[in-house]
Amino acid sequence: MDLSSINWLLLIAALMVGATPILLAAIGELVVERSGVLNLGVEGMMITGAICGFAVAVKTGSPALGFLGGALGGAVLSLVFGLLTQVFLSNQVATGLALTLFGLGLSALMGQSYVGIRPPATPKLDLGPLSDIPVLGPILFRHDPMIYISILIVALVWAVLFRTRAGLILRATGESAEAAHALGYRVIRIRLLAIACGGALAGLGGAYLSLVRVPQWTEGMTAGAGWIALALVVFASWRPWRVLIGAYLFGGLTVLQLNLQAAGMKMPVEYLSMSPYIITILVLVLISSGRGRISTSAPAALGRTFHAST
Amino acid sequence: MITLEKRPSPSRAWAWATPVLAVLLTMIAGGLMFALLGKDPVDAIRTIFWAPLFDPQFASYSRPQLLVKAGPLILIAVGLAMGFRAGIWNIGAEGQYIIGALFGAGVALAAYPSGSPLIFPTMIVAGALGGFLWAMIPALLRVFFNTNEILVSLLLVYVAEQFLAAMALGPMKNPEGGGFPGSRNLQQYDAASNLELLQGTGLHWGVVAAIVAVIFGHVMLTRHLMGFHIRLAGQAPRAARFGGVNPGRLVIFCLGLSGALAGLAGMFEVSGPAGQVSIDFNSGYGFTAIIVAFLGRLHPVGILLAGLLMALTYIGGELAQFMLGIPAAAIQAFQGMLLFFLLGVDVLTNFRIRIGARGTA
Repeated sequence: MDLSSINWLLLIAALMVGATPILLAAIGELVVERSGVLNLGVEGMMITGAICGFAVAVKTGSPALGFLGGALGGAVLSLVFGLLTQVFLSNQVATGLALTLFGLGLSALMGQSYVGIRPPATPKLDLGPLSDIPVLGPILFRHDPMIYISILIVALVWAVLFRTRAGLILRATGESAEAAHALGYRVIRIRLLAIACGGALAGLGGAYLSLVRVPQWTEGMTAGAGWIALALVVFASWRPWRVLIGAYLFGGLTVLQLNLQAAGMKMPVEYLSMSPYIITILVLVLISSGRGRISTSAPAALGRTFHAST
Repeated sequence: MITLEKRPSPSRAWAWATPVLAVLLTMIAGGLMFALLGKDPVDAIRTIFWAPLFDPQFASYSRPQLLVKAGPLILIAVGLAMGFRAGIWNIGAEGQYIIGALFGAGVALAAYPSGSPLIFPTMIVAGALGGFLWAMIPALLRVFFNTNEILVSLLLVYVAEQFLAAMALGPMKNPEGGGFPGSRNLQQYDAASNLELLQGTGLHWGVVAAIVAVIFGHVMLTRHLMGFHIRLAGQAPRAARFGGVNPGRLVIFCLGLSGALAGLAGMFEVSGPAGQVSIDFNSGYGFTAIIVAFLGRLHPVGILLAGLLMALTYIGGELAQFMLGIPAAAIQAFQGMLLFFLLGVDVLTNFRIRIGARGTA
């Protein structure tokens, strides 16, 4: 194996690109879970966002509209979940799984005529002299706008959740829906908004995958990214900035793994491809075995169905 | 104003009626989807649900396929249903299915070309063991480290898929296969093949195992203490703890059982209908079985019927693909839709709908 063939600067730059899809999906899921809802359909919303974004971008020629389309697709799908779990009071785990199964089928159906097409290129943001700084320039300042937007979104989620009244109400709903209801807040409405927001962000992450990261449409292209995003929320113990750290760590490992494949490591490709999933599991084990941390940091009402008359 | 009022106990009538209602609603919504695709909806629904069984041209081929497809679905779903009832979510059956197949095929390939009658029974044990061990990873992590079994079992599916590819391209590759990926064809290896037991019925050992699993599952749920613990843990977790139900043991039992059954299903598939270990050996039975389990209301007998119905959508889907050019993905979306409707209409089982009876709560 030839480690010197790996360009470490490019690798770190690629890390941010690799991390952005799961970062967006995970920060969206964080909002949902903070409101007390567990949506396991992230994978389905991501892949739907991936094809919606791809299709819109190809049809209009505009990546920006594509990203909007992806977010919209994810949000619409998530509202199916919202309707079922909040209005029809279905089991959240099962409904989330249904969302993933349906999303995978739906996206494959929608994407049939888009296989093998290249999407319009997303331009890099022109940051002028910043991008010419040695070392830091290529790593930090030669990216497409979505990378910076995704970091802004993390900041925004943090600010709204922990520095505004709306965020306080959302978190209260997640800790005790009954108490929030008793105080006169519309629990169902709050949760539906959170679910739609999470769906939009998952869709955005999916669109980033098909428009920038790969960039192409293939069936099932998310390949578990949605599930990794779910694991990331646990890893981050439901805190926005830790989601960012986790996503970048994870993105780094994924990119490194791909580089090792390219550098010709003496190991079948399949074993290297397993590594992101295995690492995610190992991290989950480490995080959850820390005494009681999970149980104290998880929103208390997570995954519980709320019905006002009970 | 429409409000929902919780029933004192779930309605038995609706419990049986909701799956039927869900299937009907899915047919309507699916028909709309097919219409959007530019196909005649009535024709499409008829091709999926009617033609495989009764069309004189296709029935002779597709009827046996019904059992071939339903076998693994039922076998996996019975196991999953036990866990789902207890609130233990094994959603990685697809991975356990793959590992079971690899264990079973591994025994056969290692024994080749021996003709010993012990080979097939050993493969059965190995298949169940493979699925069991793969399911023990999330189970033990859950018990000892409190790690979420949903995420771990699902992530292990991707690991298993990569492992399958590594095996099909590496150690299990057919040395006489001319460099093509994939193992020897077990259908041509008499001592290890899972053949059709009755000509023209599609009945193979996997189907027999599925029927046995349904019977055992039913007896266990209704007559055995373990079944009682499972139901108790699902319906009243606090009461279960006070009642002396050991949650760790329950996790290990439910995940182990569902893993072993999924592994068996994989082993019967690789030695029978599929015939060989190949990169794309797994076809999503492990995920579809989740739908089957819910459609059967987590009840072994219900699962038997649900498995047959789901198998029908597979076969009918293939037929619709061939006859009407309806893409395979549409069938996948159709199956997902079924689960949506099922979960949605289930509200009728637990709640009563009141119109205008009371003001807003």
